[in-house]
Amino acid sequence: MSGLAVALRRHPELMVAAVLVLSVITIGLINPVFWQPSNIFSLLRASVITGILALAVLMVMLSGGIDVSFPAFAIAAMYLTVKAMIAWGFDGVLLPFAMATGIGVLLGLVNAVFVHYLRMIPLIVTLGTGTAVRGFILGVVGTSQINIDQMPPLLIGFARSELFSVTQADGSQAGLSAMVLVYAVIAVLVHLMLRHTMMGRSIYALGGGTEAARRVGFNVRRTTFFIYGLAGALAGFAGLLHGAMIWTANPRDMVGLELDVIAAVVLGGASIFGGRGSVIGTVLGVLTLVVITNSLIILGVDTTWQRVVVGLIVIAATAATAWRDRKRIA
Amino acid sequence: MTAITQRLRRIDTNLLQLLLLTVLIFAGMAAMNPERFLRPYVFESITFIAPELGLLAIAMMVAMLTGGIDLSVIGIANLSCILAGMFFHAVGAPRGPDLVNLPLPMVAAGIGIALATGLIAGAVNGLLITRLRVTPILATIGTGQVFTGICLVLTGGPAVVGFPKLWGQIGNGTAFGIAVPLIVFLVVSALVWFLLTRTAFGINLALIGTNAKAATFAGLRTGRTVFFSYVLTGGLASIAGILLSGRTNAAKSDYGVSYLLQAVLISVLAGTNPAGGRGSVVGIGLALVALMLLSSGLQMMRFSNFLVDLIWGGFLLLSIALAAWRNRVR
Repeated sequence: MSGLAVALRRHPELMVAAVLVLSVITIGLINPVFWQPSNIFSLLRASVITGILALAVLMVMLSGGIDVSFPAFAIAAMYLTVKAMIAWGFDGVLLPFAMATGIGVLLGLVNAVFVHYLRMIPLIVTLGTGTAVRGFILGVVGTSQINIDQMPPLLIGFARSELFSVTQADGSQAGLSAMVLVYAVIAVLVHLMLRHTMMGRSIYALGGGTEAARRVGFNVRRTTFFIYGLAGALAGFAGLLHGAMIWTANPRDMVGLELDVIAAVVLGGASIFGGRGSVIGTVLGVLTLVVITNSLIILGVDTTWQRVVVGLIVIAATAATAWRDRKRIA
Repeated sequence: MTAITQRLRRIDTNLLQLLLLTVLIFAGMAAMNPERFLRPYVFESITFIAPELGLLAIAMMVAMLTGGIDLSVIGIANLSCILAGMFFHAVGAPRGPDLVNLPLPMVAAGIGIALATGLIAGAVNGLLITRLRVTPILATIGTGQVFTGICLVLTGGPAVVGFPKLWGQIGNGTAFGIAVPLIVFLVVSALVWFLLTRTAFGINLALIGTNAKAATFAGLRTGRTVFFSYVLTGGLASIAGILLSGRTNAAKSDYGVSYLLQAVLISVLAGTNPAGGRGSVVGIGLALVALMLLSSGLQMMRFSNFLVDLIWGGFLLLSIALAAWRNRVR
């Protein structure tokens, strides 16, 4: 095996880090507008929602599955919470986020029941639950978009808060959204959980092989429920945060977002066979994807190319991961 | 007498359950809504709409036979008919009488373009999966994005409207009082049935799906066989695209997106094992009829499309539970 493959297997984050640095330098050379604080800050802000959702997908992928239901769960949590807040005349930050997260957990546990007790492939389970939940929201709860004039002001105020702002060369102000900090805290927590708790180890063990994990003494059922519950919680939280950040609650939002998120996670070096992947890699993967797709405009590329670019990223990243792990599979 | 019972015993219990389900749905719909449901028009319209979905379900089943999946079928179907449509628009004046009256050889050339697109796209999937060893889920998520992206780049977003009259005949015409799409579906599915049950290729596919390692050690050229199964899947998807664009007289990058879940659902409901090894064309036919009866019955009762989505998703989950229960008994 070549030295490069060994290095990549030891530090899978190296690949995505190299891609990120390379693309940032290239884009910056082609159009220096890229380096303006406002652009950098907006890229960081744009990676918050995709990033939190990517952590949810990472959990499922580490255990050897794939999840396509999380956009529907996120939208369900967001729409139901905002609807409830308006109906009850309640405004606030902590309780609504607790509610959205709770809705996410409940939906995630449904996935876990199907995956664990009925032993069905996660992709097909989550395809079913995702479609059913979105159908429920649009068919039973409502199809109308809740606009800024109806959105709870405190919630929006929270999402608008900034960490700091700088004055740019042209005199305008550019602020860094405080939501970046929220995302960072969540990422650190998930990282600590994966690396330093028994639950984290058992998630990796499950991805290495369910039967092996069971025989070593890991509780497979508890781990599966934890994975899908946490993935649902992250999705629910991200859903409400998304609504608060764009000041609207649209039940038709986030359609097709699963592909971008999965692309980011795969780009971050996670293997769909489970057991391989890290929070650092995923965070870098999200940043890389956001930088590339959001820079198409300042690069002068027509936005219709975005889907092609995302698809090529998925193919290239999975091919690279397969090449890295080729000894393992054969 | 014993011969009959033996024959009966040889019929898959799964097929009997499907038949029962179909009869139950039919009886239920007829009982709830006799004057609107029991009309020839209802069944006639099913014979025009069901074939395209049926072909996609067969395509999905072929991919699932080896434990894979093809999430790019919709992208392939749309790309095939968009390319054919652009060919027609190039050779005939757009929307003029020249286009409508394009002669048979030109239309045949368009069919050739669409089929070739499907076969090439399937070959791309096959190469990624067998040569680069990318998992089918991720490989086809990626290529699906690329195919849809190419559609977007080619059309810029809006639909390609206007196809030759002869092309429309494929989607809307009748021959001997039978819908042409239905004839296409029956002929194609008979061919696939023959391929899967009466040729070495089909038997090898099922063997590879049951145990890939054993198949390799038995001397089967697994890579080649799996490669050709994805080529077949791509070809079937492009035929579905031809039917879809013939029926609607248009082709667009996001047509038939909801077909993806429905194709997976029909395939799983038909008793296909998504982990590989088991699947039958006859089962697909029965599951297709059952679900078409269900959805047209629901539409008769003025259910919104979203509610129908909810029921499709719920049905997928229910069929998973049924399959799990069946395997437990065994």
